[in-house]
Amino acid sequence: MQIKESSTIYDVIIVGSGAGGGMATKILADSGLKVAVVEAGPYFDPADPVQKTQLKWPYESPRRGASTVRPFGDFDSAYGGWEIEGEPYTRKNGTKFDWFRSRMLGGRTNHWGRISLRFSERDFKHKDVDGLGENWPIGYEDVKPYYDKVDKLIGLFGTKENLKNEPDGFFLPPPKPRLHELFYIDGARKSDIPVIPSRMSMLTKRINNERGVCFYCGQCGRACGVYADFSAGTCLIFPAQKNGGQIDLFVNAMVREVLTNDEGKATGVSYISKEDRKEYQLKGKIVVLAASACSSARILLNSKSKQHPNGLGNSSNKVGKYLHDSTGSGLSAFIPGLMDRKTYNEDGVGGMHVYTPWWLDNKKLDFPRGYHIEVWGGLGMPSYGFGFNANDFNQFFGLKVGGYGNGLRDDVRKYYGSVVGMAGRGESVAMEDNYCEIDPSVVDEFGIPVLRFNYNWSDYERKQAKHMVDTFEEITHNMGGEIIGAKPTKEQDYGLLAPGRIIHEVGTTRMGNDPKTSVVNSFQQLHDVDNVFIVDAGPFVSQADKNPTWTILALSWRTSDYIIEQLKKQNI
Amino acid sequence: MDRRKSLKSILLGSVAGGLVMHGCKPEGDSVAEESLAKVEENHFGRTPEEKEQIAKLNAEQFFNPHELETITVLSSLILPANDKFGSAADAGVPDFIEFMVKDIPEMQTPLRGGLMWLDHKSNTEFGTEFKKATEDQQKQILDTIAYPDITVPESERPLEIRFFTLMRNLTLSGYYTSKMGIEDLGYKGNSPNVWDGVPEDVLKQHGKAYDPEWLAKCVDQSKRSDIAEWDADGNLLT
Repeated sequence: MQIKESSTIYDVIIVGSGAGGGMATKILADSGLKVAVVEAGPYFDPADPVQKTQLKWPYESPRRGASTVRPFGDFDSAYGGWEIEGEPYTRKNGTKFDWFRSRMLGGRTNHWGRISLRFSERDFKHKDVDGLGENWPIGYEDVKPYYDKVDKLIGLFGTKENLKNEPDGFFLPPPKPRLHELFYIDGARKSDIPVIPSRMSMLTKRINNERGVCFYCGQCGRACGVYADFSAGTCLIFPAQKNGGQIDLFVNAMVREVLTNDEGKATGVSYISKEDRKEYQLKGKIVVLAASACSSARILLNSKSKQHPNGLGNSSNKVGKYLHDSTGSGLSAFIPGLMDRKTYNEDGVGGMHVYTPWWLDNKKLDFPRGYHIEVWGGLGMPSYGFGFNANDFNQFFGLKVGGYGNGLRDDVRKYYGSVVGMAGRGESVAMEDNYCEIDPSVVDEFGIPVLRFNYNWSDYERKQAKHMVDTFEEITHNMGGEIIGAKPTKEQDYGLLAPGRIIHEVGTTRMGNDPKTSVVNSFQQLHDVDNVFIVDAGPFVSQADKNPTWTILALSWRTSDYIIEQLKKQNI
Repeated sequence: MDRRKSLKSILLGSVAGGLVMHGCKPEGDSVAEESLAKVEENHFGRTPEEKEQIAKLNAEQFFNPHELETITVLSSLILPANDKFGSAADAGVPDFIEFMVKDIPEMQTPLRGGLMWLDHKSNTEFGTEFKKATEDQQKQILDTIAYPDITVPESERPLEIRFFTLMRNLTLSGYYTSKMGIEDLGYKGNSPNVWDGVPEDVLKQHGKAYDPEWLAKCVDQSKRSDIAEWDADGNLLT
């Protein structure tokens, strides 16, 4: 096969266009560098009527939004999911890991929950607290200036709370709580569990004249057509293009490997075009991987050469190791006090207006790391599944369940909006034995060897999940409610979801000062090759009881500044 | 007959059935037609592959005319018209169920077999197929299958009860995701607005109140268009 080479030599080739790749594109292109962005999926703009799902009605989908095709339903914006045709992955030793990929410009930022939390000083140095895992080589003070800049560039709402482990930032004001959230606040506070306004990246107030302001449709998962929520395409890549940046966007381009020369330095990447299924090569002085923690690890491991026989950047043999996802368990509750509701438009912002950050001291508990609580409920738009088991709650009143006829209309109205859900999202401890590696026996449709996962939860996570469901049960009773379904048992790992289900996977190319125990240095530069950087969540040493996106953005900006500085000094 | 015409005739046939039986308002067919047309035209942000997949499912026909007629009768017993709104069939539920069993094929056998069970039961008890039985006879059968014992796990309940639960679930889901059903439910969202908290009368009805301290931190919607500026400590100035 003839590989088609491009004659252009880019200053930087960025692989992936999600949070990390989007931020690198913005900062590097704004500084005048010539940038290639290589994205495995198609172009995506939520303002394009052809791609838009925002403000569509359930009946515009023949399956009424069911999740048959897209894992979060027809109207969710993610092109991809845990299973993608033609792109398999495998697991070993009977373990579980589910790998979510969004193949589109902006990646998973198009549909994510927009929960935008800073890591605290403790989160960067958690080994100092409990002796587990590893400390980051950097601390909060290194990242704080970048968190501040990300806040101002992208915008998020929240409130100053002066909580040690929830550092404050530059917040837009939050929206008022909805009715079910008032029930949650009262229920949680009854057990001395704090509740504060959410911190999420939707614009409740204008931050510039380019992006719109939230109009409260509650559909951020569909990606916003007026760019009032953060997606990497709408808030980073498009503005960088409009700013006159020299950006060549390669979409539907599946990167196979990083190319290196005889000195072992990177010279570019090779990719397979999904359009003609031919292999191409791009040349660049610097390669920035932002393909997602597992995809970037896969690219490195597949980039074998004479100089890098174990895969690029893998002299430590740590690429793929320390993979960890957030823990997740939850309960939903029926709240009689929320029955017989008057209806009004309470869509609000997508997701929660209030949440509970981790509030306890793990030294007094039987598990080492914390979790935060996300809350859901309300008078949502019906979609497939609405009306299932419509009057099951009759059981709580000693009434018959089931039936037929117009009485069902009354039941549906009576119970509409009476459910509150609580979901715990916690920190797991990074373990070397939880990893992804290349499965030499399996190929994807592009001829690229696939990933094989090995992942086990430990009792740290199981005990944390037990604490979650016990807490949610207590809050449910405080709200005067009843748990829906059975509370998950020990045999069910207390509802602990399979790793990968929370889509916060991090750690596969971890950061450190010692090249023997880490893959990148504190500027996310490969120890082995100075012109390759990683700006997705691969370099995370630990996950924190936070969502990773805001930290990905801050660190990508920091690395981009470092690249610009090093180029000026002609160090790379 | 082309696919779209045949779909429409099935759909309108269902609606007509609903009209005859329950004499509901004729608004049902315009609603159903409108939603069908919309799906055909804009595909609600589908990728080319997704469009193709929908077209492929639409080109297939799973239920035969007798089965669809029975589904129409049954769904209209589950949710008949009332003085304000049409029946489930008026809202296009049979067409929705036809699509769903192709989309989620696991439902095909339980539904097809359940419909057969229904006819067998009706033939045995009343000497006629279910759809041709009198409403009174139909309800006699439904009374034996419409009330599950919820202390028994769903997968262990009798097949006819599981069939009816599935039919009721699909009927209600299809209805409440239709234009008519959403109006009936009173869902008021999916339109641009400015959220400014729970209405006072609603707070009162549910015995809740806003904490003034919390409220003071929330967005002043009259300033939502003023560009945000902060002091060095992150205090919002605008």
